[in-house]
Amino acid sequence: MPSLKEVRNRIQSINSTQQITKAMKMVSAAKLRRAQDAIIQMRPYAQRLTGILNNLSAAVEDNVANPYAQERAPERVLIVAITSDRGLAGAFNANIVKGVVNLIAEKYAAQAAAGNVTVMPIGKKGMDALTRRRYKIYGEYTGLFSGLSFANARAASEYAMSAFLNGTYDRVDLVYNEFRNVVTQVMQREQFLPIVAAPVQQQNANKIDYIFEPSQEEIFQELVPKSLKVQFYRALLESNASEHGARMSAMDKATENAKDLLKELRLQYNRSRQAAITKEILEIVGGAEALASS
Amino acid sequence: MYLEIITPDKKVFSGEVVVATFPGSKGSFQVLNNHAPLISTLDKGKISLRTAQGEQSMMVDGGVVEVLNNQIIVLAEAIIG
Repeated sequence: MPSLKEVRNRIQSINSTQQITKAMKMVSAAKLRRAQDAIIQMRPYAQRLTGILNNLSAAVEDNVANPYAQERAPERVLIVAITSDRGLAGAFNANIVKGVVNLIAEKYAAQAAAGNVTVMPIGKKGMDALTRRRYKIYGEYTGLFSGLSFANARAASEYAMSAFLNGTYDRVDLVYNEFRNVVTQVMQREQFLPIVAAPVQQQNANKIDYIFEPSQEEIFQELVPKSLKVQFYRALLESNASEHGARMSAMDKATENAKDLLKELRLQYNRSRQAAITKEILEIVGGAEALASS
Repeated sequence: MYLEIITPDKKVFSGEVVVATFPGSKGSFQVLNNHAPLISTLDKGKISLRTAQGEQSMMVDGGVVEVLNNQIIVLAEAIIG
């Protein structure tokens, strides 16, 4: 049985750990709210953009060639793994790393054997874990999530897009956590490029007679990358919200566990204190009796 | 007519305007009430607008504008300053 002092020290250290996890939980809750707001803020932009794209494709007579939709045999693959910069978020980052490993094993085993799979980790945790697994790594996109905005997410998506256009990669996949609610995050794997043909929209019966400036093609070519960037940004926002949700529930559990541990330790402490007192009393009584009988 | 200026990060402006000027890719242009349907890309430049209350302007870093039935939607990638 550990001594009284040892138990007291453990109680103290668990107490301070609990304080930390409690504080982290509250910080994550606040950050989660902001992350969720950011998703809501972005929604009208995404909706309007698809609206305009739909109007546009309804007005365009023959389909304009779309270089981002070009299907090629996937020989060189880029996998974008969206993780976080900080740990202590439960299985959040481990899920992504596992997802990447599985994705490569399932779909791109041949390409990986030929050394043609590149991973682009976003977030420090994914960077560390995937580098350790000796994948080919591109880029250093860390620190993106402190003050996540469209402007600083742009560079990463623009790289992926231009690399697809100039043939560096034939396929770009995204692996990220999608935010369902505070306790559930679902790991998603989705094809980013080439664009997966969207299900055919209900064509507007009355074609709107737009004036196009400068020209339909140029507008189309401007809008398509834009919607890709928005798609990429949405994945980042989802991941960011998931991160805080995951951390919040992980910290909640940690606080809960600390509480249980403390309860047990306090019981143990009191028991051994009681035992020590009883022993002392017994000794005194025994001593007194020995004196009296002599 | 109703104008909305939206970036992925937030809604920058929404409200009734009398006249709005945009930095179109082929030169700046102005939109008044009952303008014909239009889709145009924007260059980096200044959007100026006049509401019943007064005039405002802001710098955008590229984007696209759609005019349809007196609804103007500006999708800008970023607002500078």
